Amino acid sequence: MANFIWLVIALPVLGALFNGILGRRVGYQVVSMVGPAVVLAAFLVGVGAFIDVLNHQGEAIQVHLWTWATIGNFNVPVTLLVDPVSATMVLVVTGIGFLIHVYATDYMVHHDHDHTHPDRDFARFFTFLNIFIASMLILVLGNNYALMFVGWELVGACSYLLIGFWYDRTEDPQRAIEIDGAESVSIPSLLSPAASGMKAFVVNRIGDVGFALGIFLIWSTIGSLEFTTVFEKVHELDHNTISWIALLLFVGAMGKSAQIPLYVWLPDAMAGPTPVSALIHAATMVTAGVYMIVRSHAIYNLAPEVSLFIAFVGAITAFIAGTIALVQVDLKRVLAYSTVSQLGYMFMAVGVGAYSSGMFHLVTHAFFKACLFLGAGSVMHALHDVIDIRRMGGLKDKMPHTYRTFFIAGLALAGIPPMSGFFSKDEIMAKAFEASPILWGIGIVTAGMTAFYTFRAIFIAFHGEPRDHHLYEHAHENRSAVTVPLWILAALATFGGLLGLPAPILNELGIPIPHLLDNWLKPVLEIAHAAEHGEAHHLSFMTEVVLLLTSSVVAIGSVGLAYFFYVVNPEIPKNLARTTRPLFAVLANKYYVDEIYNSIIVQPALNLSKTMAQGVDMVIIDKGIVDGVAKVIGMIGGLLGDLQSGYIRHYALATFIGALLMVGYFFFR
Amino acid sequence: MIDQIPLSYYLLLSAILFTIGAGGVLIRRNAIIILMCVEMMMNAVNLTFIAFSRYLQSADGQIFVFMIMVVAAVEVAVGLALLVELNRHREAVNIDEFNSLKG
Repeated sequence: MANFIWLVIALPVLGALFNGILGRRVGYQVVSMVGPAVVLAAFLVGVGAFIDVLNHQGEAIQVHLWTWATIGNFNVPVTLLVDPVSATMVLVVTGIGFLIHVYATDYMVHHDHDHTHPDRDFARFFTFLNIFIASMLILVLGNNYALMFVGWELVGACSYLLIGFWYDRTEDPQRAIEIDGAESVSIPSLLSPAASGMKAFVVNRIGDVGFALGIFLIWSTIGSLEFTTVFEKVHELDHNTISWIALLLFVGAMGKSAQIPLYVWLPDAMAGPTPVSALIHAATMVTAGVYMIVRSHAIYNLAPEVSLFIAFVGAITAFIAGTIALVQVDLKRVLAYSTVSQLGYMFMAVGVGAYSSGMFHLVTHAFFKACLFLGAGSVMHALHDVIDIRRMGGLKDKMPHTYRTFFIAGLALAGIPPMSGFFSKDEIMAKAFEASPILWGIGIVTAGMTAFYTFRAIFIAFHGEPRDHHLYEHAHENRSAVTVPLWILAALATFGGLLGLPAPILNELGIPIPHLLDNWLKPVLEIAHAAEHGEAHHLSFMTEVVLLLTSSVVAIGSVGLAYFFYVVNPEIPKNLARTTRPLFAVLANKYYVDEIYNSIIVQPALNLSKTMAQGVDMVIIDKGIVDGVAKVIGMIGGLLGDLQSGYIRHYALATFIGALLMVGYFFFR
Repeated sequence: MIDQIPLSYYLLLSAILFTIGAGGVLIRRNAIIILMCVEMMMNAVNLTFIAFSRYLQSADGQIFVFMIMVVAAVEVAVGLALLVELNRHREAVNIDEFNSLKG
């Protein structure tokens, strides 16, 4: 089956072609069948490939399709690489992708009494979603950096198209947060979808410059872009070059995976339809950076300083994004900052060399965060696109399925045992503690905040009294196309932890349960393991247990604190906001990072562009060079035109003189 | 008798005819006369060919002349047709009035 792996890319492409060309004509019901069906088919092929890799004991299978370009000794083969890492990613992308496609068939339809109104651009939406699945699979399946870069850019383009899907919607002002009667903290309005798409695109390009430079550096020093060759030869390079390659590639990951300082686009990407937020901006695309670093672990193992830098960038991102999420009033933005924060955890993991832990968290995060986003979308759908949690409340009885699944996924995100998020986060924390207790410290504080803000959102939105009675009256549970994917994802979020039970502890207790994901990824990450065994010392049994207990206590305690704050005594957060008003304002305004970027980068760049456009381009290039050349040529033409009198005699004379000169030349020479 | 006339006489005559023809083309304004002058130049060339053909005892020159006569006939046919059309169009044969091609 692995030999047919190209089908997983071809099927969504086929779906996109169908939906794009015929979608408008065949009606939305057909599109709702075709869109998810091709992704399901791709998922089944992916399962087949997965089983194949299992049977091969995790040995990589390379499927050469054709050679894309050969220029001198520069060679870009279109070869797909099926190994444990890419097979895992294929399953995550197509599996969760399928569920989200199914969800979107209902989400993109507006129900109004007995009438159904599909979105004006229903077919376009599924076309883009299908293209996205295909692009993401190119990214994870390519066996060289060039192909990976193609996928990398394609998912960026799909992200842009889908964020700006409702391109005609305008900027959305947010009501100021009241903290004490008359006193309030104003918060910036939400960007329009079109502006958000552009922001995402531009910020990603900044990262991509780094990524491209890293690829160029690999090519110029190693002379190949194929993973196998690069990883074999990378240790021959000098240390500086390796560090530069590692750093430049990480700059790409910073953009795509929303790490400081390039995380600013992800919260605004929430302007897109919610299935897009779930699929692209939580479960799959934003994890591409993590995947890339896991894939390039041979390089990062040789650049320990850069790896440490990545770990700290990840930890700080996790912390900063967590603090912002504490006070957001937009449900999707709470989740968006939480995604940035969880991505920070993943980078912390890969930064300390715990690549399989990073992958583990990537997978479990995809489960529970997709579930959370879809839950938020379900709420939005029921409340006619209202996403401000200050207008919700008491929804748990109106929307029981959404509430329960959201709660389960929230438990997983908060890291409550025995949910999947608990195991994956704890594994990262243990590995971080091995590397540096500082990382662990930042991580544990962030874990507490994660549990707190997740349950703050849940308690405000689903518990308590309804705050907007009109909305509450109209709220209703969604159809099964929405709730079934929610329940499947909630189940995955619950049991996903079985992929990576804490083997060291369990084995010590006499339970011989292996770490499934570790064993599964081992063939690819063997080099990493070897390096790890060489220097790093393993934690003692007691330390592991203490760390495990600490994170459980912190998570449960934070959930309890959220309960106390928002259910038992809702006056406390208001009082707290009042007493710490400056801090609260800073957090509510996201540390003013957007404003700072705006004044030190965006505005100068815009001014420079304006000067270039109106000064240099209009005056020098247009008027000076382009018009100047035309004018000079016109002048020369005018002068020469005088030679053309129109009298035949003159032409004949010229011919005659010319003939005489020629004859004369031959005669007298 | 004719054999005693040297080659240079023929060439001189041909050169005189050619010069008259060329002068006519350059100076005259009547299109018909210009056409006749062109014919004259061509026939001057023909004369040179014939003279050399005789002098070198070779038939090559005569073959050229036949070809040129055919072309000249065609040229006259086309040229006169053009002149007739021009005359109908502009009611003039004065070549200086046909100057609309200048830039």
